[in-house]
Amino acid sequence: MAMTTEPRSDRDVTAIDQSTGRVGDVVFAGLARSSGLLIMLALAGVAVFLVVQGSGALGNTGDAVYGKDSIWGYVWPLLFGTLLASVIAMIIAAPLAIGVALIISHYAPRPVAKTLGWLIDLLAAIPSVVYGLWGINFLALNLVPAYDWLQRNAGWIPFFEGPVPNSGRTMLTAGIVLAVMALPIITAICREVFAQTPKMHQEAALALGATRWEMIRMTVFPYARSGMISAVLLGLGRALGETMAVALVLAPSLLVSFNLITAEQSSSTIAANIALNFGNASGAKIDTLIFTGLVLFIITFAVNFLGRAIAVRGVAKG
Amino acid sequence: MTDTTLTPVDETGRHSMPLQGAQLPRYAPGLAAGIAVGIAVLAVLLGGVGAVAAVMIGWVLLAVGLPAWSRAVEGPRKAADRVAGVLVWSAFALAMIPLVSLVWTVVSKGLPILSAQFFQNSMRGILGEGGGIYHAVMGTLIITALATLISVPIGVLSAIYLVEYGKGSKLARVITFLVDVMTGIPSIVAGLFAYALFVIFFGPGVRMGFGGSVALSVLMIPIVVRATEEMLKLVPDELREASYALGVPKWRTIVKVVLPTAVAGIVTGVTLAVARVAGETAPLLIIAGLTTGANFNPFSERMATLPVFIFYAITEPGIYDEEMAAYAWGAALTLVTLVMVLNVAARVIGSVFAPKTGR
Amino acid sequence: MAKSIDVSDLNIYYGDFLAVEGVSMTIKARSVTAFIGPSGCGKSTFLRSLNRMHEVIPGARVEGKVMVDGQSLYEPSVDPVAVRRQIGMVFQRPNPFPTMSIYDNVLSGKKLNSKRMKKSESDDLVEKSLRGANLWTEVKDRLGKPGMGLSGGQQQRLCIARAIAVEPQVLLMDEPCSALDPISTSAIEDLIHELKSDYTIVIVTHNMQQAARVSDETGFFNLKATGEPGQLVEFNSTKQMFTNPDNEATEAYISGRFG
Repeated sequence: MAMTTEPRSDRDVTAIDQSTGRVGDVVFAGLARSSGLLIMLALAGVAVFLVVQGSGALGNTGDAVYGKDSIWGYVWPLLFGTLLASVIAMIIAAPLAIGVALIISHYAPRPVAKTLGWLIDLLAAIPSVVYGLWGINFLALNLVPAYDWLQRNAGWIPFFEGPVPNSGRTMLTAGIVLAVMALPIITAICREVFAQTPKMHQEAALALGATRWEMIRMTVFPYARSGMISAVLLGLGRALGETMAVALVLAPSLLVSFNLITAEQSSSTIAANIALNFGNASGAKIDTLIFTGLVLFIITFAVNFLGRAIAVRGVAKG
Repeated sequence: MTDTTLTPVDETGRHSMPLQGAQLPRYAPGLAAGIAVGIAVLAVLLGGVGAVAAVMIGWVLLAVGLPAWSRAVEGPRKAADRVAGVLVWSAFALAMIPLVSLVWTVVSKGLPILSAQFFQNSMRGILGEGGGIYHAVMGTLIITALATLISVPIGVLSAIYLVEYGKGSKLARVITFLVDVMTGIPSIVAGLFAYALFVIFFGPGVRMGFGGSVALSVLMIPIVVRATEEMLKLVPDELREASYALGVPKWRTIVKVVLPTAVAGIVTGVTLAVARVAGETAPLLIIAGLTTGANFNPFSERMATLPVFIFYAITEPGIYDEEMAAYAWGAALTLVTLVMVLNVAARVIGSVFAPKTGR
Repeated sequence: MAKSIDVSDLNIYYGDFLAVEGVSMTIKARSVTAFIGPSGCGKSTFLRSLNRMHEVIPGARVEGKVMVDGQSLYEPSVDPVAVRRQIGMVFQRPNPFPTMSIYDNVLSGKKLNSKRMKKSESDDLVEKSLRGANLWTEVKDRLGKPGMGLSGGQQQRLCIARAIAVEPQVLLMDEPCSALDPISTSAIEDLIHELKSDYTIVIVTHNMQQAARVSDETGFFNLKATGEPGQLVEFNSTKQMFTNPDNEATEAYISGRFG
């Protein structure tokens, strides 16, 4: 489209080429390259600043780590809570996401599937604070009867010991909210790999007399296995780093507890803890919080890295 | 089956072709679902069962009944197929509940509070009634706009470097990897980064809107890079070569030929990225903070934003907690609407301005 | 016993688009029937409608009758899954399941139907099927290796072994040699000759020499005109088709004057 102006003055263009063309090229390439370098710098910056600020907290004791003996005694319960909430979220979200992805890729009629895919994308776009708001004001309250039932009938399992708070703000609620938030990500990746399953293998299975489900098990799942694992890992990465939903649902706490349906004896997560305490923190406490942020960064980095590595390996193989 | 020659004629099963294996009628799933719903409704009306329990009863009836019926008539393979079908559709229905409930809650609770006054007033000097979110809307717009201003040039130029200049080079691979890492940075960590950076220049306890923009940029740049990269890769090499063949230098080729071809996709990607960061809370909580009045200067003092406003309206409502909750829902509806409008706009841009092939 | 297929007045649609119109023919049992014709004339579409693989594509449907063994394939009471079990299919490009070994590939269809097979039974079936596909001697020492490791021609014969392991009545082949080199092609053609004694074989081919070599009867498909649906122009014994066809268009096509 821009070509129409070029042939008009060939000679001019070449003349310009030799003067400004080379300079322009150098300048433009330099700009592009330095933008790339800036990204490197930014990420290095994130790491360096977190390490510098956070490492100051390594020797913190007592008040600076909110009354714990050492920084590790402070980080551990939060780390535990972070992992617990995220794992709950994945246990709930992964099977649902695979189901939804199958609906979109194989079960629903084409036009319906397109709309559904779009709806799921919208679900991914809703801000996390709104999920938190919904979690605390709607979901938590409506889950109370279910928690009561769990406590009465499964209270002998440590997970469901209770007591159930009237607010419904528990670890399990946080996990469910995180599951809802991670679901669109996992669904999006899964449906993509499901849809990429070669048609010829699916037809081969059908031509052998496979039912739809048998066809999916014979061709789609084996093909998509690494994609599904990487989808769940990337979803886990999102859940680990998610702040607001948990910060709204759970009260600050430094406990290590498997009790999923109680408020007082519940664990909390790193991200939520930072959000809830940062406003009132000062001095050494800020370093402590930044250190927990560093820990969170390393873990999400590891999980995301693993997820991508598996995805890439899957692509190279298949 | 033990003889090694292929003599299908000998096999009794092959003399006739059992094509007509008994089948459930087409309306079977519908009928089964109808019966399940009917029994669940009866359970509510006659047995006094709660709604949730009734749904569970209905679902179990369907999930067990339909496959059992199918197993009796069609055999175990078809039954397994039906079980899978019921499970997959149930997973879908279950996943849709939060979406519907969330949209419904936000709209029904947020709509009553919306008024012209709600958008014109701030919370300065307001206790209880009469407040608004003018300051938060302005803050969100200013901070997001600044973040876009930082992210778009850096993101687009980096993508140009990756696709046009650095293809295959070591630096390009490192940058690609780092962009991947950046997409996974937890938003709160981005906030901590901005805080740690700004403390160096402005001392501890710093709060300013621009810090929020920097934090959001850390989240936004990788999205912009990714989207732009994808779009640039779609531009056919023939176009570039045609331009080189006319003696146009590389940088002008990129600016005049490659970018215009990819612009629709890039704008879509940027719009989606804006939608994504406009709703971010955690980094703004740390570096931008909250005020009650409008602050138009992003380089000094705290600046209110919609997400942070919602957060504090819920966590620290003070004594007027009912009013604050109402404001929070109003702000949430505003925020969701903003994000949705951006999303729809992105899609419209993507489809309307997509490169026209043939005319 | 291998079955014959009676097709009467078959129209095949993709959505509203009529792809193939008014086909009637009788495909004899235990013989090889070949379909030839230019690209896009609907011969593959027609082939896929013979075991209801056509309807896998969204919006695709047929009108008319396909009778196999006295049963109409498109009766509402007929189960497409059962149809495909009885009427196997081999595709244009070899498509062994990439995650399965050679052994598991052969058994993949059979496993769907029988609950639990004894090891000796499955071993026998694998050997029988691979022998039937002329592949046994080449792969008997590496049955546990992935099927994707074989050459293209071997993969295609593996797919044939997989199809006959289900013990179908009819074998449909959709240009089975188009992705293969001449030596592999000739191996497959030999195999088709041998399979003919047990199965009704229908093969779509682009290659007229191939049709002349392997088939007993040949159908020539062509478009009525550009943009019009495909139709069956002539259906005759292969010998007559290639020496003295009834139809002028057939002669033109066979002698290479178009297509």
